[in-house]
Amino acid sequence: MTVTNVTKDPEALTMVTTAEFTATPERVWRLWEDPAQLSRWWGPPAWPATFTKHDLRVGGRSAYHMTGPDGSESHGWWEVTEAEPPRRLAFRDGFANPDGSNNDELPGTESRITIEPIGDGRTRMSITSQFPSLEAMQQLVEMGMEEGLKEALGQIDGILAEDPA
Amino acid sequence: MQAVTTTATTFDADRVFAALADGTRRDIVRRAMAGEQGIVELSAHYPMSFAAVQKHIAVLERAGLVTKARVGRRKVVRTNVEAIRMAQRLLDRYEQLWRDRIGRMSALLDAPGTDITGTDATEDMHR
Repeated sequence: MTVTNVTKDPEALTMVTTAEFTATPERVWRLWEDPAQLSRWWGPPAWPATFTKHDLRVGGRSAYHMTGPDGSESHGWWEVTEAEPPRRLAFRDGFANPDGSNNDELPGTESRITIEPIGDGRTRMSITSQFPSLEAMQQLVEMGMEEGLKEALGQIDGILAEDPA
Repeated sequence: MQAVTTTATTFDADRVFAALADGTRRDIVRRAMAGEQGIVELSAHYPMSFAAVQKHIAVLERAGLVTKARVGRRKVVRTNVEAIRMAQRLLDRYEQLWRDRIGRMSALLDAPGTDITGTDATEDMHR
């Protein structure tokens, strides 16, 4: 079991997710730092992410897009507000326009990540997600759901293609 | 304890969001979730006038987050738990998003050859 705890506070609009890995903090940090590795876990399988710009230093900005099964693209950005490799990371993330500029019509979130060794070659990572508002949370979840639904439809298409009868 | 009358309230995200954006109002919601709170007693918790606290309660009431009632001579507020559950459900879906991401992170850590930029071999060379 990788995820060890999830604490949600609907009034404060925060969620804390804690996970443990059999790896060093340095190794876990590189999941965030290396754009090739980050691209492999940030987006869902049917909406893989591609980070075209990535800089995990304070003030650094990242640009990425996720590509859907129908070829449509969803663009996003990060802005790093805290970085202490391999222990602490904080960033804001949001949606972007296709030209890479921030899309301020859609809400963003703020994430704080802590990474600490817990012995036996294991590492604990905690992620605190802060939403600006309930409305923002609702919007983000609905958008995520839309991607999830598209993904499910894509899987059905795949099954149908395998078995045309 | 009398039965709480449920009125068919529509969930107005704009109003709910504006109401929950304030720390005092979130605190009122939290306290009135545990049980009904007298408005006079509530106002003693905040460094502001009774009228100011009443205004906060009015904002929460319009957003459907609390309901006001009269119990004897006391005026009380109760949190509308349904509105908070709505926020909780949204968080549940967001939880799944992060669970899926962490599952993929774990799979990457287990897969050989994914960490080309900082392999253990290069770290050993610096030691």
